Amino acid sequence: MSKTLLLGVEAIAQGALDGGLSGVYAYPGTPSTEITEFIQQSKQAVEGNVHRIWAGNEKTAMESAIGMSYAGKRAMVCMKHVGLNVAADPFMNSSITGAHGGLVVVVADDPSMHSSQDEQDSRYYSKFALIPTFEPSNQQEAYDMAYEAFEFSEKYKTPVLIRVTTRLAHSRAGVERKTAKPQNALNPNTDPKKFILLPANARNHYRALLAKQKDFENEAFNSKYNKFVDGTDKKVGIIASGIAYNYVMENYVGTKCPHPILKISQYPLPSALIAKMVDECESVIVIEEGYPFIEEQVRGILNRTGNIKGRMDGTLPRDGELNPNLVARALGLKEQIGSPVPSIVVPRPPALCNGCPHVDSYLALNQAMEKYGPGKVFADIGCYTLGALPPYNAIYSTVDMGASITMAKGAADAGLLPAVAVIGDSTFTHSGMTSLLDAIYEHTPITVLILDNSTTGMTGGQDSHALGVLGNICKGLGVEEEHIRIIKPLKANQDENARIITEELEYQGVSVIIPTRECIQTLNRRMKAKAAKK
Amino acid sequence: MKIDIILAGVGGQGILSIANIVGYAAIKKGLYMKQAEVHGMSQRGGDVQSHFRLADYEIASDLIPMGQADLIISVEPMESLRYLPWLGPEGWLITNDQRFVNIPNYPDEALLKAELDKLPRKVVINADQIAKDLGSARSANMVILGAASPFIKIVFESIENAVRDVFGRKGEDVVNVNLACLRAGREYSEKR
Repeated sequence: MSKTLLLGVEAIAQGALDGGLSGVYAYPGTPSTEITEFIQQSKQAVEGNVHRIWAGNEKTAMESAIGMSYAGKRAMVCMKHVGLNVAADPFMNSSITGAHGGLVVVVADDPSMHSSQDEQDSRYYSKFALIPTFEPSNQQEAYDMAYEAFEFSEKYKTPVLIRVTTRLAHSRAGVERKTAKPQNALNPNTDPKKFILLPANARNHYRALLAKQKDFENEAFNSKYNKFVDGTDKKVGIIASGIAYNYVMENYVGTKCPHPILKISQYPLPSALIAKMVDECESVIVIEEGYPFIEEQVRGILNRTGNIKGRMDGTLPRDGELNPNLVARALGLKEQIGSPVPSIVVPRPPALCNGCPHVDSYLALNQAMEKYGPGKVFADIGCYTLGALPPYNAIYSTVDMGASITMAKGAADAGLLPAVAVIGDSTFTHSGMTSLLDAIYEHTPITVLILDNSTTGMTGGQDSHALGVLGNICKGLGVEEEHIRIIKPLKANQDENARIITEELEYQGVSVIIPTRECIQTLNRRMKAKAAKK
Repeated sequence: MKIDIILAGVGGQGILSIANIVGYAAIKKGLYMKQAEVHGMSQRGGDVQSHFRLADYEIASDLIPMGQADLIISVEPMESLRYLPWLGPEGWLITNDQRFVNIPNYPDEALLKAELDKLPRKVVINADQIAKDLGSARSANMVILGAASPFIKIVFESIENAVRDVFGRKGEDVVNVNLACLRAGREYSEKR
């Protein structure tokens, strides 16, 4: 069979489609976005009527996927690592109810924070929820794991998690496909105890989940994805998980690794294989992308033997993404490095695009805020976070999705006036609406700018649930109509826009200003498509 | 046989289409390929790079180890220098000489030229001008790819065919102008 060139995340999408997927649920987030986009563009998904429309946020996505699983069909929910924080409530409790139709949670972690605010490791979440995890080391495994995960989920009636990291998510390689399986027939659960987490039921379910842990570990012990390859030099043994395994192997191209090596790609950790490694080798280096998740468990908090090495003892850096060179250094191998970067080369951080509407929104906001001084603008997650950089220097906080409005509220409660929130249209419908309701409920004096570029910009222009409904949402939540101001962010309107913002800054209640102009990227794309049609 | 290429540029300059064409040609030859790309925040005008690896054996790492790249192919001169630690001892650097200035502290043109002049194996080309003269300013990429093609161990015809396949659905005119850019780049490199 010929190979198809796929990104790691696309391999997951294709694997799920071929594995009998009936619906994908997701909110865009780098590096997970392309899973859903691939399914949206797939002919196979159209023909199979696979659900593939974006969800409002990760929590609603997770809940919809649970619903589809309860109805007996195979569902997948995809998100970036911090998205799992948003979806944590349904995620944790889905492990207690268990799954009916196959339920697969795909989480893409972002070590080195290429496009994120932290580098949290989702393997802690699956351990927390007591569910099995798959961590592919390459694109083929990503495909195979997604393909097989639904049956695994159905066999043990449990959700399963697939964890990838940025590098594998966004790296392309040839993938061999398998025969596509049919979707499940509708088969709703009719047992009233199964999915109602009344304490009396939940206690039983939790015990059943605990009882399954042995089976999960047995599966990991026998898994084709976990393998122990013996070596002659037992001074050092290597445990490597996911993509880190490739970085180890890169250092032994054309030769055989002399050390015993244990590849881990399925969890919970197979303790018998770990014991074999620790018992047979003088010391063990644990090489994993993300937090020292395996290392911490193997060494224990007492670290009695002191012979487990990795990120915690400085053999590898404690933070950031791995690469073949860092691994070479950890293994004491020789590296070859080219010439150094000339000193004239300077960083080139990302920036707002030429013609971006946010630029004009920030120029007007800065003009209006000038007399109040710095430290009063709370921002959010999206392209407009780049307003933090020169020449704008317009914002003073960015923490998590939807936080701008509630942070401004808390600051106003503390007496900070004016308190301003800047949030994008898609982020607002993701998790800003309840924040706004809090402020309305207390009539807190805050000014909220919802930058409406009619899309989810940072992740490449996905449809936004806010499209065409922002004003009505604000009105419905209870913002007074005269304090909902829609402006057009253009250079020519800057003075007028600054005047409107000033008016609302002076109002001692909740104001919402909605600068509305399409994202320059989606606009250009639309114009190009239109020209091509002619 | 293996070839490791670092592709460099600024988000939005389209370095991935170069990778796309070489990848297409390589896969048709039955070679193994891995290509790590940058998506997300950096695509907004930041520095972007792609690690592009071909081999006749299965490739382990998605990232090229430092000091092992055979080529740096860059559509922007300062960006080409950012990846010198990756360039192998016999490696070549192929870059556009047209600067993309979107930061206030972009280095002085003379200093930049002096750094490029220091390199023993390089092709520095005004790809923008060549592409413009051939009637498609947007095809500077193909000029760069053409200039790099003598150093890529794939027969030139296969790369030409890949251009035909990749641009085919955009019509004969688009194919032809891209082929002309590709050939002009190659000619520049060979005459150098």
